[in-house]
Amino acid sequence: MRSLWPSVEPLLDGVSKPARYIGGEFGAAAPVHGPGQLAWLLVYPDTYEIGLPNQGLQILYELLNERTDSVAERAYAPWVDMEAAMRAAGVPLFSLENHLSAADFDVIAFNLSAELVYTNVLNLLDLAGLAVRTADRQPAQPLVLAGGHCAFNPEPLADFVDAFVLGDGEEVVGEITEVVGSWRSGGSEDRGEMLEALASVAGVYVPSLYRVSRADGALREVAPVSPAAPVRIEKRTVADLAAWPYPKRQLVPLTEVVHDRLNVEVFRGCTRGCRFCQAGMITRPVRERPELQVREMIQAGLARTGYDEVALTSLSTADFSSIEETVRAVMSGACGDQPVSVSLPSLRVDAFTVGTATEIARARRTGLTFAPEGGTWRMRRVINKLITEDDLYGAVDAAFANGWRRVKLYFLIGLPTERDEDVLGIVELARRCVEVGRRHQRSPTVVASVGGFVPKAQTPFQWSAQDTVAELARKIHLLKDACRGVRGLSLRWHDPEASVVEGLASRGDRRMGAVIERVWRAGGTFQEWSECFDLAKWEAALDAEGLSFDEVVHRLRSGDEVLPWDHLSAGLHRDFLWADWQDALAAVAVEDCRWTPCYDCGACTDAGLEHVVASNVAPAGGSQGTGQDLSRGDRVPVRFVGSAGAR
Amino acid sequence: MADRLRIRFVKLGKVRFTSHRDVARMWERAVRRSSLPVASSNGFNPRPLLAFGLALPTGAESLAEYLDVTLAPIDPSRAENLDDLGCLAVTLSDALPVGIDVVALSRLAGGADSLQQEVTLCSWDLEVRGVTASELAGRVERLLDAPSVSMQRERKGRIFDDDLRPAVRSLVVSHHHEGSSCGAPTWLRAELATRPRGVRPRELVEALGADVMQGRARRTQQWIEHGGERWEPLSVGPGLDAAMAAHAWERAS
Ligand code: SF4
Repeated sequence: MRSLWPSVEPLLDGVSKPARYIGGEFGAAAPVHGPGQLAWLLVYPDTYEIGLPNQGLQILYELLNERTDSVAERAYAPWVDMEAAMRAAGVPLFSLENHLSAADFDVIAFNLSAELVYTNVLNLLDLAGLAVRTADRQPAQPLVLAGGHCAFNPEPLADFVDAFVLGDGEEVVGEITEVVGSWRSGGSEDRGEMLEALASVAGVYVPSLYRVSRADGALREVAPVSPAAPVRIEKRTVADLAAWPYPKRQLVPLTEVVHDRLNVEVFRGCTRGCRFCQAGMITRPVRERPELQVREMIQAGLARTGYDEVALTSLSTADFSSIEETVRAVMSGACGDQPVSVSLPSLRVDAFTVGTATEIARARRTGLTFAPEGGTWRMRRVINKLITEDDLYGAVDAAFANGWRRVKLYFLIGLPTERDEDVLGIVELARRCVEVGRRHQRSPTVVASVGGFVPKAQTPFQWSAQDTVAELARKIHLLKDACRGVRGLSLRWHDPEASVVEGLASRGDRRMGAVIERVWRAGGTFQEWSECFDLAKWEAALDAEGLSFDEVVHRLRSGDEVLPWDHLSAGLHRDFLWADWQDALAAVAVEDCRWTPCYDCGACTDAGLEHVVASNVAPAGGSQGTGQDLSRGDRVPVRFVGSAGAR
Repeated sequence: MADRLRIRFVKLGKVRFTSHRDVARMWERAVRRSSLPVASSNGFNPRPLLAFGLALPTGAESLAEYLDVTLAPIDPSRAENLDDLGCLAVTLSDALPVGIDVVALSRLAGGADSLQQEVTLCSWDLEVRGVTASELAGRVERLLDAPSVSMQRERKGRIFDDDLRPAVRSLVVSHHHEGSSCGAPTWLRAELATRPRGVRPRELVEALGADVMQGRARRTQQWIEHGGERWEPLSVGPGLDAAMAAHAWERAS
């Protein structure tokens, strides 16, 4: 293995943001490769600025470097200027620690956090000098793995990735290291042998060991062709976050990245039950980190990194049982003697939460963001985002009263059962929020940010039709018209074209691989970047493969249809998802099972797991469906952590 | 008047590809990690009071970067922190990324001007490729002989004609290997004024001809000039200079 730095360095004088390619972050490992050590290259298939802060990747990076039988380095997608320079100079994809060629590694593992990066995955494999299709790879070439949220419908990438990992990676990376390591040390040339061994690791899906059969133009089944491969692959779940206080050495980059601050994960999983939210559905049950450990991680992290900001991360941080105690501890200097600010990346919509947000943001009180997602109460019951209008106005009132100058509201359009009155309800709600703000300020600003809904696998909305570009554009037009002349209200919207392409990847089957390959061959990389996104390339590729947006994206699925991801499990019973989908269509809401009885979605019951929370009482403030009868809380499968936060 | 420290540091190796703003952020974090008692700005978003000297272009190395640090009023219980400045240099270097090392550090006299005001001249070593050393020597001579060297620059969306000649105080071909061909690099040693309008190393190299390409650029000194004399904001002995540079070089590459 030879450092490519001498060939990389001359390229850097001519590219934008060259610091993306030098490594050297504070906390980066300096792995020494040796025999008996499986070498992993962890790749985030987007730019350095987006990929570096990814906590999942950083956790696995540390765990693999702590082991004696593995080492890990990192790589990110070079921006288009650097890629061109690398191809012209014959420089392959390289790691940042030792600037080694990607092909020198035993395993190349991708983090899949978003569907629009799929063409980048192919591009990076090609840049690494590998055949993009698994079937064409040589025994000595690296094993290609992928994990992350998108792995819950991996079929569009099934032809390019040797194996996918479902769920939490903390435990399974070690098991994979052992399996692949022993295959490598055995000197076998038979890649199939290793893949069969991998398929027997729980949570690992090896697509080449499954045959996809179709009949009458529909998917019939995806079934194993090897006895080593299970009929159904269950996700991995770490039972107790307290056992995994990682990252311990969060990377501090040398150059600007997104979320450039200390991040401490306070819990994993969410049972609010928002039906559009894949992240919430696939990460159940809720597992809180003990308050004391959170504090220790904040204290050690701030002292080590020199950051002056800490984010308490989770899918809904205000729901952390010990949120008040934790915030108070940080603000009072119990976690370090220098001033720090705390950020809560996800706010609950209620006045109580605003109080906390205000307390922690003494310094910059610029903007607060809430996500009611739906414009009317009916719509919010359909999506199970149970924020009443009073909750929202209360939160907005508190925000402007506390001196916040701008409130941003996130909404989705194109939701199931949506009518124009639901769309227009967005403007009505936002307009009233401006009025509420006028009670306290002369010119309050409300920003309504509107995204197009993309149905995701393993959610109750997986059967739903997705709106067409034309329909989304019509709804955006309705919104623009209604916003005209409303002082203090501004509207932002996402590109509907990007939403439908995301839909292709999120619910496509294995045939989508050929489409992705065509788009990549036509130069379609960085599709999540508006300056690179090109709908025409996708249309041409679909045409060439005899597929259409109508079939994959805009079509309502029936209950008996075999879905491309039915052989993969995020722990949720299909019956539960279907019943929840029917409830959605009837605008029937369900409660949060953390504080009310279990409705047996499968996530705990089948896997022998339980919620790990410090409080069996719904948070104060009473919003988002928590202001309901909680007296039946004793039947919840809940384990309480510690005693500090328990009430 | 609050106590101030002036710090000289080097920027060598891979870290040269970070920007001036990146370096400022590295220092803010290093200062917090090292618990050096630095004063903070007032206002909504307090920041440690660090004043940097002239920006170094991204990609250039330096043996002579500076910053002035305003210290918080001394807390007697922590005063020992500052007694041993040599120790502080090591602590800060350890808290900074590989390739950035503190090479000198001293308390600053009360009324000293800011670095941006004081420094008027910088010395550079510039690696150039594309032409032979003797050809380069000829062009250097012609440039120095010319009464003016015009150059187009963009400011606020408009093109201006600037004369870069006055800012070029000295320029020599410093070293090259005998019989070097077009491919091998040659080094220029330049002294470029920063006032009234400075010249960037890249602009100087461009003025030597379209076929001349700049390789590495390294700022070797910054100078304060007064009454016909000049001195560095903080000097380092020649021995220390070479030793530190070699050390940093080794860590950084
Ligand atoms: S199994 Fe029950 S308690 Fe666990 S997440 Fe599902 S509904 Fe909630």
